[in-house]
Amino acid sequence: MENLIALLVAAPLLGAAVLLCGGRRLDRVGHWLGTLLSAASFVIGLALFTDMLGKGAEERSLHQHLFSWIPVEGFKADVAFQLDQLSMTFVLLISGVGTLIHLYSIGYMEHDERRRRFFGYLNLFLAAMLLLVLADNYLLLYVGWEGVGLASYLLIGFWQHKPSAATAAKKAFLVNRVGDMGLSIAIMLMFTTFGTFAFGPVLEATGETSEGKLTAIGLMLLLAACGKSAQVPLQSWLGDAMEGPTPVSALIHAATMVTAGVYLIVRSGAIFNGAPDAQLAVTVVGAVTLLFGAIVGCAKDDIKKALAGSTMSQIGYMILAAGLGPIGYVFAIMHLVTHGFFKAGLFLGAGSVMHGMNDEVDMRKYGGLRKYMPVTFVTFGLGYLAIIGFPGLSGFFSKDKIIEAAFAKGGTEGWILGSVALLGAAITAYYMTRVMLLTFFGEKRWQPDAQGELPHPHESPKSMTIPMILLAVGSVFAGGFFSIGDRFMHWLEPVTHHDHGDSPLSAATVTGATMVVLVIGVSLAWVQYGRRPVPVVAPRGSLLTRAARRDLLQDDFNHVVLVRGGEHLTRSLVYVDHTLVDGVVNGTAASVGGLSGRLRKLQNGYARSYAVSMFGGAAVLIVATLLMRAV
Amino acid sequence: MSATAVHNLWTMAAADPIDKIDAPNIEYGQLAPTLIVIGAAVIGVLVEAFVPRKSRYYAQLFVSVVALTAAFAAVVALASSGYGTTKARIAAMGAIAVDGPALFLQGTILLAGLVAIFTFAERRLDPVAHGNRIDSFVAQAGAVPGSEGEQAATKAGFTTTEVFPLALFAIGGMLVFPSANDLLTLFIALEVFSLPLYLLCALARRKRLMSQEAAVKYFLLGAFASAFTLFGIALIYGYAGSVTYGTVAKVVDGTLTTVDPALAGTMGNDALLLIGSAMIVMGLLFKVGAVPFHMWTPDVYQGAPTPVTGFMAAATKVAAFGALLRLLYVVLPGLRWDWRPVMFGVAVITMLGGAIVAITQTDIKRLLAYSSIAHAGFILAGVIATTEDGVSSVLFYLGAYSFVTIGAFAVVTLVRDAGGEATHLSKWAGLGRRSPLVAAVFAVFLLAFAGIPLTSGFSGKFAVFKAAAEGGAGSLVVVGVISSAIAAFFYIRVIVLMFFSEPKADGPTVAVPSPLTMTAIGVGVAVTLVLGVAPQYFLDLAGQAGVFVR
Repeated sequence: MENLIALLVAAPLLGAAVLLCGGRRLDRVGHWLGTLLSAASFVIGLALFTDMLGKGAEERSLHQHLFSWIPVEGFKADVAFQLDQLSMTFVLLISGVGTLIHLYSIGYMEHDERRRRFFGYLNLFLAAMLLLVLADNYLLLYVGWEGVGLASYLLIGFWQHKPSAATAAKKAFLVNRVGDMGLSIAIMLMFTTFGTFAFGPVLEATGETSEGKLTAIGLMLLLAACGKSAQVPLQSWLGDAMEGPTPVSALIHAATMVTAGVYLIVRSGAIFNGAPDAQLAVTVVGAVTLLFGAIVGCAKDDIKKALAGSTMSQIGYMILAAGLGPIGYVFAIMHLVTHGFFKAGLFLGAGSVMHGMNDEVDMRKYGGLRKYMPVTFVTFGLGYLAIIGFPGLSGFFSKDKIIEAAFAKGGTEGWILGSVALLGAAITAYYMTRVMLLTFFGEKRWQPDAQGELPHPHESPKSMTIPMILLAVGSVFAGGFFSIGDRFMHWLEPVTHHDHGDSPLSAATVTGATMVVLVIGVSLAWVQYGRRPVPVVAPRGSLLTRAARRDLLQDDFNHVVLVRGGEHLTRSLVYVDHTLVDGVVNGTAASVGGLSGRLRKLQNGYARSYAVSMFGGAAVLIVATLLMRAV
Repeated sequence: MSATAVHNLWTMAAADPIDKIDAPNIEYGQLAPTLIVIGAAVIGVLVEAFVPRKSRYYAQLFVSVVALTAAFAAVVALASSGYGTTKARIAAMGAIAVDGPALFLQGTILLAGLVAIFTFAERRLDPVAHGNRIDSFVAQAGAVPGSEGEQAATKAGFTTTEVFPLALFAIGGMLVFPSANDLLTLFIALEVFSLPLYLLCALARRKRLMSQEAAVKYFLLGAFASAFTLFGIALIYGYAGSVTYGTVAKVVDGTLTTVDPALAGTMGNDALLLIGSAMIVMGLLFKVGAVPFHMWTPDVYQGAPTPVTGFMAAATKVAAFGALLRLLYVVLPGLRWDWRPVMFGVAVITMLGGAIVAITQTDIKRLLAYSSIAHAGFILAGVIATTEDGVSSVLFYLGAYSFVTIGAFAVVTLVRDAGGEATHLSKWAGLGRRSPLVAAVFAVFLLAFAGIPLTSGFSGKFAVFKAAAEGGAGSLVVVGVISSAIAAFFYIRVIVLMFFSEPKADGPTVAVPSPLTMTAIGVGVAVTLVLGVAPQYFLDLAGQAGVFVR
């Protein structure tokens, strides 16, 4: 069976190669080819999954070694895969949700003349993401990590004719660079510390390594995770990334790629377990981001940006859980999977609404859509109930467990983290109810578009609604399915290990508290947006609202501190560069160029002078050989 | 003469047979690759004589492809039955070595030759003229350029299908060259593959004067270099009393003192040995294009028909480096401390010279010519290692390099304007905007030349530099890396030119080739990427083939 692992990556990679190199001939079938190969990956994943279920918990980890890339003494860059329970979970999520979103895109991108290229990029993304989660060493993981970064860049900027999309793509790429730098430094540190990149040896050797080194590696890994998963302080790119086509937002910037940071931290659990300071940093980042994202989500009128704030916040929950150590790893991944379902569903729903509303994204110009788009309404509604943690739906199980685990951390720390998580749950209920009310309820606030036409909202085609329905099913049942009998915990335990911790509060108390804050959040939103008519133009709002609309001044902060500071730094560097470095470099280049020009003249085209050169050369060769003997 | 006398003459001869000459014992099986190719070349000549003009092209293409494939199969069969390793031996009365390096290089030459034959046979790049498809070769080589005879030949649709047997003869000589085990065989092989190449260089369909000039220059300088080689061989014979590699080696390291009593006066005279070996080495350095014996390269590469340039650049280099390796490792290991410093110097000026002069080139074929000079320098770094790893790294480098080269020259044939190929660099500006695929493929080849990781160029360069460093030539590696940096400049400059400049209004068009050239380019790209991403299998293969039979 292990020989099938490479096929998981190979199928979408083949798709990307064929679609991107195939040319216009493939325009008519390209989207189906892309979808088919994505589905093939999913089917292979399922086959491997069934096989895995048939084995004992300890024998489930499979390895496939493809080849070594230039082994030099001590340095081994293997292209090898590892498929264990953790990777398997990701494989099914990525290829499953990926396939549904391919299917959705067939309808969504129907009128785009570059649809084939779009599917090529999607396939490229799938291949890179699967490589990321299947790699058996950090170096190969890095290849996948950069690969998803590339795919994300290409897809955010897919409508490159819009300057905003091109800028957003560039921004995402640059911010991610900072995180990638962290990952590369972490890998270098690992190599100097452990002498290898492979997960097995590195994670086993953590016991004998000093805490200082582990903390350094852990913090660098955290930096990497912050970049890819849009966590404070590298969160600023995610909101702008919504410039990409909506299926991209659903797949890459909600369900899969942005969770790579969580995967990295959970995969490197042994490193963080040995470095409590790094772990604390992880929980702080998670806690700050979950509030940050939630507050931003409350103030946005653009439906996709509101959802992007929510994504940031939900990943904050996962990072928080991952920072808790063995108490939280399982729940981080469980929330990741359920979130994959409902957030992808919500984004597809948002895409469907935009599809029907002439690509309008301002929720203040929606209203009363539930009658016009019943399927979208129901599936979006189920996703909404799941994310706020309505009892019995997916989010209820997974988020509740994270809040419990935060309290179970113990001590003051536990109380603070738990309370933040609870507060986050209240805000989640508030902003999601706001989105729901603004979009589907209340009066019609539709505005004519640029051509002066009022939108005619209508239900989307089947290729779009079917994926939404399937994802809604996942949003409703996944959490319950995972939690009954602690199924998911037993499944992942051999990889991540699990520790119950000792909670100062009983599970029932936590659940009760969650329900209370849920009701508070929903009612607040209803008071504000359900009971009163909603103005089409946003009111000025309080200071906090205005700040939240500007993403809590993240860009202003970056501009003042990083851009200005950076400009000063670069200006002084440029000075040194111009005077010192350039002098040397240009001098060298000029002298090499000059030398080249002079040597070139020797090549005068006359056979006689060539022969003289040969003769001289031969003479020198002979004399030199004789001299060597004489010396 | 009476009948009795005649009878006596017969019977006496029979009674007293001349026992001095033994029938040579030829191992046909082990020489099969060479014999197949030479045989096919002879058949090609017969095809020219007897097959009607219309079907010659197809007959020649068929014969060539079948012969090269069969010869390659023979090489694989020999290698898999152990002739590359345990059963390595010297065949044909001591004239030919059948061992790992020989088989590896023969395999490389045959595959490179096959791919090159595809580019020779390309007939779709130019528009159909007078109802005939035309290729890169002149209609009638004997017709004076620009004369009425030439026009008549073109109108009649003549083609020079002789290029196929000529190429086969050249390949046959190249197969012998790296496996030659005595100096005379070496010299004959040198001439056998050089003469057809001189002719092929003169056969360009367009820019014929330039092509003929290139051929004459190549011929004159080649003859000059051959003279040195031959003189060197004579001196070595004077020194050792033998031309067989093994015997010379024994005389060099002193285990053998007398071979031929007639030469007692000169045997063991070190001046003969040193001067003689330097002259032979010079002849080989001329063929690989090392500085200062490189000056023919740019002119000939530019003037020759581009498919021939690709073939020459790849296969000649493989054959000549094979012969150089065998000479230095089998015949002259005892002289290592004498030739190493000299070759060190040659490698340094070759790497730097090639890279530096390439910077100011404005013609893509000349640029690639200087690039091939720089690469000869890199390969010399592996030669200097004088270890088994050195041999296998050179073998690997040659394999990787030859496919990139043929692929790159094949791309050059595609970019055309009214005057044929548009080789001036300014014409390539903005090619990436017009023909992204062709430009991307060419970019892949350039990156491989520059030695960027994940291309075969990186694996190869890494292997030779590693071998050189381990062989104690660390400072050579430093020079190698510096010249790689200089070389990267002009490779990347072409990429920048293709992708980041505005295309010109009267820019060239990119011809859509037949599957033949597409195969050549496709094989080039595939080999480049496979050897870059997963080189281990081939490194192991070259590693197993790194031992010379003595």
